[in-house]
Amino acid sequence: MTTQSLFKGLLRPVLVSAVFFMLLTGLAYPAFTTVAAQLLFPFQAQGSLIERDGLVIGSSLIGQHFTQPQYFHGRPSMTLGADPQDPSKSISQPYNAGSSGASNLGPTSQKLVDQVAARVQAYRLDNALAADAQVPVDAVTASASGLDPHISVANARLQLARVARLRHIPEPELLHLLSQHTSARVLGLLGEPRVNVLQLNLALDARQPSIAVSE
Amino acid sequence: MLSTVLEFALILGLMTGLAVLMGKWLTRVFTGNRHALPERGTYRLLGIDPQETMGWARYGSALLLSNAAMMLLGYLVLRLQAVMPINPLGLAAQTPDLAFNTAASFITNTNWQAYSGETSLSNFSQMAVITFLMFVGATSGVVAAAGFIRGLSRSSSADIGNFWVDFTRTLYRVMLPLCVGMALVYVWQGMPQTFASQALATTLEGAQQQLIVGAVASFESIKHIGTNGGGFFSMNAAHPFENPTPLTNALHILSMLLIPSALTYTFGSMLLQRRQGWVFFGTFLVMFIGFIALVYGAEQQGNPLLTEAGANQALSIEQSGGNMEGKELRFGIADSSLFIATTTAATTGSVNAMHDSLTPMGGFVPLAQMMLNCVFGGDGVGFINLIQYALLTVFLVGMMIGRSPEFLGKKIEAREIKLVMLSVLAHPISILGFTTLAALWPDTMASLNNLGPHGFSEVLYAYTSGTANNGSAFAGLNANTPFFNTTIGLAMLIGRFFTMLPMLAVAGSLAMKKTVPAGAGTIPTATPLFMLLVVFVVLVVGGLTFLPALALGPLVEQLQLLSGQTYN
Repeated sequence: MTTQSLFKGLLRPVLVSAVFFMLLTGLAYPAFTTVAAQLLFPFQAQGSLIERDGLVIGSSLIGQHFTQPQYFHGRPSMTLGADPQDPSKSISQPYNAGSSGASNLGPTSQKLVDQVAARVQAYRLDNALAADAQVPVDAVTASASGLDPHISVANARLQLARVARLRHIPEPELLHLLSQHTSARVLGLLGEPRVNVLQLNLALDARQPSIAVSE
Repeated sequence: MLSTVLEFALILGLMTGLAVLMGKWLTRVFTGNRHALPERGTYRLLGIDPQETMGWARYGSALLLSNAAMMLLGYLVLRLQAVMPINPLGLAAQTPDLAFNTAASFITNTNWQAYSGETSLSNFSQMAVITFLMFVGATSGVVAAAGFIRGLSRSSSADIGNFWVDFTRTLYRVMLPLCVGMALVYVWQGMPQTFASQALATTLEGAQQQLIVGAVASFESIKHIGTNGGGFFSMNAAHPFENPTPLTNALHILSMLLIPSALTYTFGSMLLQRRQGWVFFGTFLVMFIGFIALVYGAEQQGNPLLTEAGANQALSIEQSGGNMEGKELRFGIADSSLFIATTTAATTGSVNAMHDSLTPMGGFVPLAQMMLNCVFGGDGVGFINLIQYALLTVFLVGMMIGRSPEFLGKKIEAREIKLVMLSVLAHPISILGFTTLAALWPDTMASLNNLGPHGFSEVLYAYTSGTANNGSAFAGLNANTPFFNTTIGLAMLIGRFFTMLPMLAVAGSLAMKKTVPAGAGTIPTATPLFMLLVVFVVLVVGGLTFLPALALGPLVEQLQLLSGQTYN
């Protein structure tokens, strides 16, 4: 075959296909899907936003940074955010949903080992555990997205005494609330048993709209 | 443990069932004679004659040139992002080297991302560039396989089909309908799908939270069905909006495996050799199961250094345990391991856990699968890569027993083996060559997030991922530098077209040959023995080529981990 016949008549389809398929798959397809999704599942399509008293307080799928002791705490998060003092610099800003991120530290990183050791100490202190108590791994390792909304059942149970004490809720009652907010594996097989921290904390607040935290 | 084994068995069982259904459908798409109305309209618009038959060279030229035009169009939009519509957050254009890297990445079905989605791309670019290139890149791969299989099925004929017809049909009959349906299931499960760019929230503790949203579900469906892999968000399928539930995680996995596994069945159907198709399916499956077991075992075992620090990594009914650094709780170890094995087998490159934080042997699995590049493999190209190894097997076995090699009734001669070797060698030359260059490049150290052997693994992983058109990363590496953007961009183009085009030439060459009846000296290829021989050849060729590099990375790191050696 000669070179001329090899490329003959290819120019038009090559150029037209690039533009036409861009319009079709790059604009018409997402536009059609968006319209259909907004009609069928408007709540999810907007990002599963939860409102309280008319204000958006977050998404049920995205974790939040909890530091106050009367709340259950989520997993460590390595997301960064712009430094308010100097916007050109990034500083630690846990659960920044505008910029998901992980530590990306490898298994032989001394930084990782030091971070985990420090988190273990802090967790034992927060939850009045013995000085040599083993801490659930999810409580001391950073998630992949930095926005993990869940903790393990083991982790939640170790935090339970603290929350019960500060909120003056009998532990069996809190245990019941916890089990209500624990999701099992899908079909008994997929995923892991897990607790959605934001929804659990929302339920705690709903039970006691204004609480006096006592140390 | 039992539920994990049952889960893996369930997913593999579903995959097998879907491979048959999808395989039958693809056969009809590739062999049907009727053109539907929208297809006829498209042919008129493109100005092509659907009856034209193409030899491999013309078919390959149409593929290469249309891909080049699409890549250029994507590049231009990325460079002009600031003046394009739907950019309410006012994001700037990508730099020339980054835009080149991004466009090359998405047209080659790699989806390597040297940028972070939230802060670098407007919703317009996410749709008009990224979603568009994901569709056409994946479709091109399937179309290459269509031409390739057709070439193998013909005898004494130069014709391997019509590129434009294959492309249009694959897009209209397979990709678009599947993606629309899957996207709606994804929205039901919680993925956002909106023209808005963000939602602002005030958290329970009173802080401000900026939730980035967009056309995520429509992005995710083509990303996985097309074995693409780039993330809407920086943290990809680990982000709760990209992968909200264990069910979406399972659907992602099945989507990735759908077309690569189905093509073995399509091959069997089109050649009227079903058994041969299943032998190739089995070849994929044997290697895949081995790799899943390896990564699951390593990750569940956990990191001994974290145990010393006081973390409890034991599996119990209350926690999944294992190495949870860089993993999401809803997936735990089992679903993360299955995803890791799938995404690097099907060369998707989407990640639901951070590969940089895997244990050394856990990280060995994605690297090894990308190096072999034929454990299912990406849409279309994975199957082509497997046939490349099958031809090599026939040749090697033929040499050992002194018989002239035949495959599917065609004599395998010097021309085919030369082309196969070009394709086999392009892969390691690109990976090892660029890794060597980067190791010598003075600025590389500044891009590393980890030191010691893990730092070397970060670089090795980057070029392996680029060349294998995978796109996943040891994401600690800062690859957004002119050096990495350019070299990884080149690696992606080499990895894509230096395997696809030579193998199309092989198909064209085999199509021209007469089919000869099997004689006493023919090695039967539709047997379990041949299946194991192919696995053996893949592992030996891959092992001999890459073991030295792997020894400097994950293998030595594993030994150091056991002895407690760490790096600052």
